[in-house]
Amino acid sequence: MTVSAAWYLTLAAAMFSIGAIGLLVRRNVLVMFMCVELMLNAANLTFVTFARELNDVGGQAVVFFVLVVAAAEVVVGLGIIVAIYRRRLGATADDIHVLKG
Amino acid sequence: MTYSSLLAVIQTPHIDYTAILPELICIGGALALLLTGALAVRQLPTVVYTAMTVAISVAAVVSSLVLWHIVQLHGAFAAIAKSLAIDGFSVAFVLLASCVLVVAALAADGFLRREEVAGPEYYALALLSASGAMFMASANDLIVIFLGLEIMSIPLYILAGFDHRRQESGEASMKYFVLGAFSSAIFVYGIALTYGATGSTNLAEIASFLANNVLTSNALLLAGLGLLLVGFGFKIAAVPFHMWTPDVYEGAPTPATGFMAAIAKVGGFAALLRVFYSSFHTLAIDWQPVLFVMAILTLLTGAILGLVQRDIKRMLAYSSINHAGFVLLGLQAATASGVSASLYYVFVYAFLVLGSFTVIELVGKRGDRAHPIEGYRGLARREPFLALCLALLLLAQAGAPFTTGFLAKLYVVEAAVQAHSYALAVTAMLAGAIAADFELRVVFLMYGASAPAPAEATDAAPAFSIEGSLAVPDPVSSAPAPGASTGTLASAAVMTGHDLATVTVAGAAASERVEVPLLARAALVLTCGFTVVLGIWPAPLFAFVHAARLLF
Repeated sequence: MTVSAAWYLTLAAAMFSIGAIGLLVRRNVLVMFMCVELMLNAANLTFVTFARELNDVGGQAVVFFVLVVAAAEVVVGLGIIVAIYRRRLGATADDIHVLKG
Repeated sequence: MTYSSLLAVIQTPHIDYTAILPELICIGGALALLLTGALAVRQLPTVVYTAMTVAISVAAVVSSLVLWHIVQLHGAFAAIAKSLAIDGFSVAFVLLASCVLVVAALAADGFLRREEVAGPEYYALALLSASGAMFMASANDLIVIFLGLEIMSIPLYILAGFDHRRQESGEASMKYFVLGAFSSAIFVYGIALTYGATGSTNLAEIASFLANNVLTSNALLLAGLGLLLVGFGFKIAAVPFHMWTPDVYEGAPTPATGFMAAIAKVGGFAALLRVFYSSFHTLAIDWQPVLFVMAILTLLTGAILGLVQRDIKRMLAYSSINHAGFVLLGLQAATASGVSASLYYVFVYAFLVLGSFTVIELVGKRGDRAHPIEGYRGLARREPFLALCLALLLLAQAGAPFTTGFLAKLYVVEAAVQAHSYALAVTAMLAGAIAADFELRVVFLMYGASAPAPAEATDAAPAFSIEGSLAVPDPVSSAPAPGASTGTLASAAVMTGHDLATVTVAGAAASERVEVPLLARAALVLTCGFTVVLGIWPAPLFAFVHAARLLF
């Protein structure tokens, strides 16, 4: 039994939407980071699916770049959270409100 | 499989090191700075790092000029497995990014010492960020654009939170990070969909695919293009993706704000112009209306919300949104002259925004907090040099004649008129007039009558009454009250009356004067000189921009 590419693309689109909605709805910064990871991995899944469809190795190579960037981004993000934590306790976006707007 | 047989199977591309020389200099320089900081036995003075950074960025300027010469002599070429396009357009932006680095390093020196956040890190991050912008400018592949975008953005997130004592700084960093990561995830998904629709991530291959194939259903491609536009929109702060801009500009340390405003626009617009104009030109009929609406929203939102700001950094944030709208005008025209006009605008704006934020950084005083617009009242009398520079830069931003800002606005509007986007041209001029209102208001405040703000006067009343009771000559009571003098007074309360009076007067006098370090003065002279000289004599820059043609 084979699973067609459309299913993978649908799954990726669903993952991407869940990530995007989660980022906009959730208030915990750590969960927001996880949502960004979900979105990036949805993009990775799309790349791999298309690479297989097109029989082109380029799309698979891209995934490595995206993974590395995602890792670098998380490192900086967690660093920023720690820097804020050291001044105050809690990682809820609503508590970070010195700047208006 | 042995290493040599592996090499026979995998064909590694030829790496043309001259093509990426400016980027290599910046990255190598950043590593050298960090290494110097780590290996130094004693803590080196900040000026050492500043001098190193200026030397590195001047080297990048020189190498990009060499590259410019090569491109003008031998023509444009694609390098490193066709992932980079070295043409006039990319080299012009690389040159601009290196110039931005020079000015930013000069401007940051005094700030780092004043706020006691000295060290090589600020400069290393700025160099890395600029190298990312350079990669974005010379990218010929969507993946390289994505990598450049991230190399540019990640150091900017850290720079926004660099002033770790101020809570606002961390908050700005956080907001910028979350929205930046969100936008780059959208951008990657856009690349994935474009890849699926066209079978390649290479810009030239996408362009030839679109030119040779008639797509029966291009929903996938249009979705990808839309997501790419969203990702770029966040970086260049175009409405409706501008929400982060005022908060991040206000919270970030002021020199970092200036650098961020300049470099993010340089990298973002370089890639945006190349992707949309050269790769997706055949789809112009689809993306032009979207950009039309986006440009109008960006122009008007920036201009109208800028009117009601009380903080000068927020005001300039809205002004930068307004300027982004003007640059979009040139892209919306989708003509070669439109792209040149946009390039000219970005070139001019980078220097204007860097200079403006340098003045704000100096006027902000220790603590980087004195940014209410009201505090600029009568600045011309206290700080004639700073007031003159800021007035010049704001006049240029408003589009006054005999400055580069005027010609920049003229060329983009001209491009819009040539492309028959009359409504857009009219909106742009209207929005420009509204934005000029709040930009010139600051100029009038600076050169108008000097009067202390009531709130500040009551705040400082105790300090001056003590001074009065000690019968000390009171030369500063008419000046806006410095918050620092009250602090000095409290800590000095245990001293004798004579000491107290001396400390108070000295403290008040010291905080009244704005310290203008030599290097920041040099940065201001550079930016103002660029604005005025090339505003009066525009031929060289205009010729330069016209020679900066795209490869494809």
